[in-house]
Amino acid sequence: MKELLIRAERCLGCRSCELACAVEHSTGKSLLSAINEKPQPQYRVHVTSDGNSSLPLQCRNCEDAPCLTACLAGALHRDARGVVLCNSDLCIGCWMCLMVCPFGIISQNHNERRIVKCDRCPDREIPACVTACPSGALVYREINQESREKRQQVLKKLQTPSAK
Amino acid sequence: MKISEKVKSQSVDPASREILQLAADQEIETVWNRLEKQQPQCGFGELGLCCRICAMGPCRIDPFGEGAQKGACGATADTIVARHLVRMIAGGAAAHSDHGRRPALLLKEIAEGHNQDYTIKDPKKLKAIAGRLGLNTENRDIKELALEVATIALNDFGKQDENTLAFVKAYAPKKRLARWQKIADDLSALSEKTIGILPRGIDREIVDIMHRTHFGVDHGPLSLIAQGVRAAIGDGWGGSLIATELQDVIFGTPKIREATANLGVLDKEQVNIVVHGHEPVLSEKIVELAATEKMQELARAQGAKGVNVVGMCCTGNEILMRHGVPIAGNELQQELAIITGAVELMSVDVQCIFPALAELSQCFHTHFVATSDQAAFPGSIHIQFEEDKANLCAERIVTMAVKNFINRKPERVQIPAFTSQAMVGFSVEAILEALGGTPEPLLDAIKSGAIKGVVGIVGCNNPKVTHDYYHIELAKALIAKDILVIGSGCWAIAAAKAGLMQVETAKDAGPGLQQVCEALKIPPCLHMGSCVDCSRMLVLAGALADTLGVDIDDLPLVGSAPEWLTEKAISIGTFFVASGVSVHLWPMPPIAGGAQVTEILTETAEEVFGGAFFVEEDPLKAAEKMAEIIAGKRLALGL
Ligand code: SF4
Ligand code: SF4
Ligand code: SF4
Repeated sequence: MKELLIRAERCLGCRSCELACAVEHSTGKSLLSAINEKPQPQYRVHVTSDGNSSLPLQCRNCEDAPCLTACLAGALHRDARGVVLCNSDLCIGCWMCLMVCPFGIISQNHNERRIVKCDRCPDREIPACVTACPSGALVYREINQESREKRQQVLKKLQTPSAK
Repeated sequence: MKISEKVKSQSVDPASREILQLAADQEIETVWNRLEKQQPQCGFGELGLCCRICAMGPCRIDPFGEGAQKGACGATADTIVARHLVRMIAGGAAAHSDHGRRPALLLKEIAEGHNQDYTIKDPKKLKAIAGRLGLNTENRDIKELALEVATIALNDFGKQDENTLAFVKAYAPKKRLARWQKIADDLSALSEKTIGILPRGIDREIVDIMHRTHFGVDHGPLSLIAQGVRAAIGDGWGGSLIATELQDVIFGTPKIREATANLGVLDKEQVNIVVHGHEPVLSEKIVELAATEKMQELARAQGAKGVNVVGMCCTGNEILMRHGVPIAGNELQQELAIITGAVELMSVDVQCIFPALAELSQCFHTHFVATSDQAAFPGSIHIQFEEDKANLCAERIVTMAVKNFINRKPERVQIPAFTSQAMVGFSVEAILEALGGTPEPLLDAIKSGAIKGVVGIVGCNNPKVTHDYYHIELAKALIAKDILVIGSGCWAIAAAKAGLMQVETAKDAGPGLQQVCEALKIPPCLHMGSCVDCSRMLVLAGALADTLGVDIDDLPLVGSAPEWLTEKAISIGTFFVASGVSVHLWPMPPIAGGAQVTEILTETAEEVFGGAFFVEEDPLKAAEKMAEIIAGKRLALGL
């Protein structure tokens, strides 16, 4: 299964992922139509920045997710893809999930006292934020492939001094 | 040659498709590849919501309402969008008008006897201009008159008083001039702040934009856009118009003639020189020099049959209109010309020239020669052009091309076998001549409904739109509705290549337009010249309005820039709208992030100027909308 991974060192803080996320969660699915929709579409990835570095954060879909345990209303559940989703008809706006989520990715629906969270773009093969990122800070790939590549990089680093 | 689906989606032009396929097969990079690598493009930029005006920025406004709604200084989305938009107008007006400065300076040099390389080819036109400017033209020495006209033109660029430009007063229809003054008065009263619409100095209005869009000056969307309009009028009825009129004086006013268009004009057996860019000053000389026996002889000595000069983009349009020099293509074909492997030399001046040509030409035997002090292209050969040594410079360039013929690699030469014939040269003078001397026959045709109205299509190519697709489909749809199409720039080249500029094409027009075209022996799509020649369309509209005793916005006219890309197109669109002509644009300009700006341009403008912008992606729907606008104007005129 593919996972959505972050390469924080590549993030430019351009917030293209946020725009693309809002467009994906709009009716018209185009930037030009989305900005005029009522209710306004909301993005579910948030770029957090301290002026030096930026971090694009969206739901990590934790195994043994604390939010799932904390949701007493039964609104949060996991779908076949392994993605944690919220059934907003059941959400009672208790904010328990927000309190227990280690990443702060639960936000409020602009129009109602309910949560909004990343659904990993059920209609898309590759999540919108990943496609939108111009610098490759967001990737969607198999974990094994990612680990393999990381190990290759370690190998390269260790080889550099002797190669010289 | 098998053309891939991808290449088909890039261009509808068969010659371009052939070379694009060749480029794809040989992995030669073109603008389409580079644009692809630019994806995804920034949504803030697309909406006009990114401000880089000061070093607190870049500031971005969140179009989804969650994040920042103001820049660090407090600028709102509309302020940011409006500032960016009017800076685009400033860029476009500057490019057109600085081009116009050149023939004005040259005319002065000729009149004062400082330049021996150029002459006044059309004294009749000079007199006509002088007459409009209110100068005495009876029994005048031509050079003396030329000096007076050049002085007035140059004064319009740099004068510091508050009066309206002399050229605007001399050319804009009386009713429109009065309307602009009234608009300025009304807007000033409404906003309790002085707002000007009539341009005072061509350069000044552009500098004014740069000033008021500097950090912390003008933040009012309306006030900013009004200044954009002022600079754009200074372009259309000022800088661009001066360029057109004085180039006609120096190089001759275009007359109706036949010419050939598309990449097939490159000749396998001759030395091929492509002149690309926007100004006719040097290209006129290259055409002249290449035709001399000396150069033809030199070419034969190199084993070529002769020297073949062809045009590209608006430099090409200038010499096409005046001499019938074949035109190799429009903006998106500049790289393709070099990829044919048959170009010995491409000479460029200013505007719309890809810097990528330098690297590309190094993969071929082509010499890529830059000539303007304003335009450097790293990797090019630079031959500095100076007006007073024009012959010398042109000779150097032609000689360099001829001597490069032996380096051509015949195995790399692939010239697409596509050309089209086109009837070109429709200056206002030429149109009036075809009409028998007055605009009456055209007005009669409009009144009778044989011609429902006129649409002016202008502007660039943009690889975001399938090359030439929108230009051609829109023009075809319009002529089928009995709407006469006139135009300039890359549209005109697209139409010429597609065979829309032939008298026979009248058969594809509606019955009314067909009859008019056949009677007058003109095509249903008229080539009016280069981008500065959009001023010819204004002058024509002015002549129609004055003859009928109405204002331009009463007339059934619409404008369009359906594949636009440059800031110049935004300036052109703005002076059309300011003159009372609604303008269609595609792609969407970067204004959608500013709701108020969008409203001013698409709605308020209609009430104020009698014309507004509209955006439409589909050519057939755009044609429908234009027909609707035209029907509305006809109804109001009682037709
Ligand atoms: S909402 Fe937070 S806790 Fe729940 S799965 Fe996503 S990241 Fe984990
Ligand atoms: S699109 Fe990529 S670079 Fe831009 S903010 Fe998001 S993660 Fe960072
Ligand atoms: S001018 Fe204002 S909005 Fe623009 S970058 Fe500076 S602070 Fe930001």
